[in-house]
Amino acid sequence: MNEKSARILAAVFLLGGLAALGISWRLGQADAVILHARMPEAGGWTPADLTVAAGQPLRLRLTSDDVMHGFAIGQSDQPAVDVEPGKVTNLTVIFDKPGTYTFYCTRWCGPNHWRMRGAIIVTGERVEQPVTPPLYAQLGLDIDARREAQTIPAGKPSTQRSAEIFAQFLLPSAQSYLSPGYYRSRSPEQVWQDLRDDPHWVHYSDLQLWDAVAYIWQANTTPEALAEARSLYARNCAACHGESGGGDGVFIGGQVQVQGEAHGFPPGYETVLPTDFTDPRHLLAVSPAHLQGKIIRGGMGTGMPMWGVIFTEEQTWALVSYLYTFQFEEVP
Amino acid sequence: MNLLRYPLIKTLLKNRWPQFTIMLVALAGFLLAVLSGLFGTPVGSRNFGIVFVWIAWWAILMLVAVPFLGRGWCSICPIPAPGEWLQRGKLLGPGEFNHRGHGENQKKGSVFSVVKPLNRRWPKRFRNIWLQNGTFLLVALFSAVILTQPRVTAIVLAAFLFAAVGISLIFERRAFCRYLCPVGGFIGLYSQLAPVEVRVVDTAVCASHVEKTCYTGSVNGYGCPWDVFPPGMVKNTYCGTCMECLRTCPHDNIAINIRPFGADLSVERNRKLDEAYKAFIMLGAAAVYSTVLLGPWGALKLAAYSVGGLPWLAYAASFLTFILLALPGLFWLTVWAGKKISGSALPVKESFVAQSYALVPLGLAAWAAFSLSFVFANFSYVLAALSDPLGWGWDLIGTAGVTWTPWLAGLTPFLQVGVLVGGFIWAAVTSRKIAAEKADSAQAVKLSTPVIVFCLAFTLTLMGLLVA
Repeated sequence: MNEKSARILAAVFLLGGLAALGISWRLGQADAVILHARMPEAGGWTPADLTVAAGQPLRLRLTSDDVMHGFAIGQSDQPAVDVEPGKVTNLTVIFDKPGTYTFYCTRWCGPNHWRMRGAIIVTGERVEQPVTPPLYAQLGLDIDARREAQTIPAGKPSTQRSAEIFAQFLLPSAQSYLSPGYYRSRSPEQVWQDLRDDPHWVHYSDLQLWDAVAYIWQANTTPEALAEARSLYARNCAACHGESGGGDGVFIGGQVQVQGEAHGFPPGYETVLPTDFTDPRHLLAVSPAHLQGKIIRGGMGTGMPMWGVIFTEEQTWALVSYLYTFQFEEVP
Repeated sequence: MNLLRYPLIKTLLKNRWPQFTIMLVALAGFLLAVLSGLFGTPVGSRNFGIVFVWIAWWAILMLVAVPFLGRGWCSICPIPAPGEWLQRGKLLGPGEFNHRGHGENQKKGSVFSVVKPLNRRWPKRFRNIWLQNGTFLLVALFSAVILTQPRVTAIVLAAFLFAAVGISLIFERRAFCRYLCPVGGFIGLYSQLAPVEVRVVDTAVCASHVEKTCYTGSVNGYGCPWDVFPPGMVKNTYCGTCMECLRTCPHDNIAINIRPFGADLSVERNRKLDEAYKAFIMLGAAAVYSTVLLGPWGALKLAAYSVGGLPWLAYAASFLTFILLALPGLFWLTVWAGKKISGSALPVKESFVAQSYALVPLGLAAWAAFSLSFVFANFSYVLAALSDPLGWGWDLIGTAGVTWTPWLAGLTPFLQVGVLVGGFIWAAVTSRKIAAEKADSAQAVKLSTPVIVFCLAFTLTLMGLLVA
């Protein structure tokens, strides 16, 4: 009798325990996708592709198998959530429109952090809408061409220093300089040259004209846009380009600067160093449209990722404006 | 004082059900640890396997069970249970007489009837703990990976279970526990310090008892699973406190005595080189772990972690050299110096083996201090792992969201220093007592002084590593 009871007790413990585990697992699996985050070297997101119908909730159970990650969906208002090691974060998202959305890691998890992306394919009936090519494409810019400014200011241009010259911008002859179309398509050096060649501005010194260039830049942005861009830059760009824009972010240790594309190096060890935005010869030679192109498309053959699927158009322009703060003095 | 004077204790220990039930619970926990390692989150701090085995179980083992109950853990350890059940053909048993107590109860139609244990005797040349020393070192070499990766922990635990089952089907009694288990080896060594012992009350009663059922078994219980002859037992080292002798003795001649801590260290009989080496291995491993796992040297951690690589090979070679050659070699010189100073006529080897037992309390103190470093600091992980054992997002008892909070952070260094100082004093007193066994008082002082200096140097080194 004792032996029989012992066997029943053992069976209850072992089979009951296994059944409880199995049932719990099935219940946990029922209607949610478990999305595992690992450093890209260990596999990135698993699964990397998700599919959901438009208007239907996509229930995600996010967990990290190694270090702290973050989850965000590109071009979406969905706030980023942290994905902590061993913890499960529940998140439900609904997509109104069909299409392919990119989700990505928002924490600097490792040297290949920016490669940690996945796709959410939202199915449904598509309404074809006209697509406007980005400005750099409309202008036919060769954004891979190497540009270097021949004329650079003696000091950091500032709208504060030469207040008296800005009365010029009240004149009808100067209004075209302030238009977004002009600002976005011309590099600061080109703007400076246009002013230098303009008889209305002939009496001003070189530095005063650079201050006018800074004025045009500031007239085409807002403090709010710069604040948002500062935050975007800190989260997404500073890892490589550095907080101060010097191209000395924490992820570039050990890289070697060479000309051209990098071959034969493992992912995350590109040999082309990130752009130094504090170098006026570079930044003053490129137009906002050029920078927009670089951000949207990424840098071919370099470690620069494509952000077109992540940032909205407004965010991209705000970031472009923010990059010039490394050359122009921002006046509140 | 014999605890069996209290009827409740005696009843609880003689009855098979309490022990069997606790073993079942432990086995369920063990299997959950394996399953969570294989299928749960690979994040160690959130995985039941890592948290419960290397934090909760380890804390209970090294800070409570071993110092106070000796081999108490072995009496409920789930690892040998399935093998033992297969070997015996019963879960609870024995119920009917079996001559040697093993493999003769398989009934037709039972799940056990297909299993035919061979019940061979363990080879004589391996009836020591050298293999146990080897298995401990094998695990220790990979410890940086085992302690941090749930899957590796699961594989190691499962390997223990399968090895225990396999050994139980080939050899009689608990050969795995006695001769192979890497944990059982050091528990046995340190159980000499515990304030409890299982002993016979009167050896004269045993002498007149022809059947020797404590060793051969009876309808009431199995012959000693640990292959120990209870009437001849003078130390705790190999007594698994399984209580079978309590059940089989027809003359009520078994006692569970409360005794002074470390009483077995004064027993001159059965001091052996394999046990001496176990003391060195444990002492050295505590120092290496304190250096590698808790120290600030990243390169060392990386070397210990990169199993198979050149840095790991260098680490493994250094580890083995330090533990098997350098530490015993230094201790040999220490004992040799004591012999020279004192003019003792005792052979150095005899003194070396005898004095190494002074390292037993020193080693346990070192392990307790090492364990204190991380046990309280990481104990809050236990609450989260209990509520979400597999890291699948469950919250069974509402504590899954408990954030990591170190406990007793301010008190821990004081506890560590206290434990280490206590261990040193205990070791010094033990060394002196051992020296005095075969020398007069003045000679014993000289004989033990270098050993005491050795223990002091080790204590200060470990204090520097753990507390400074």
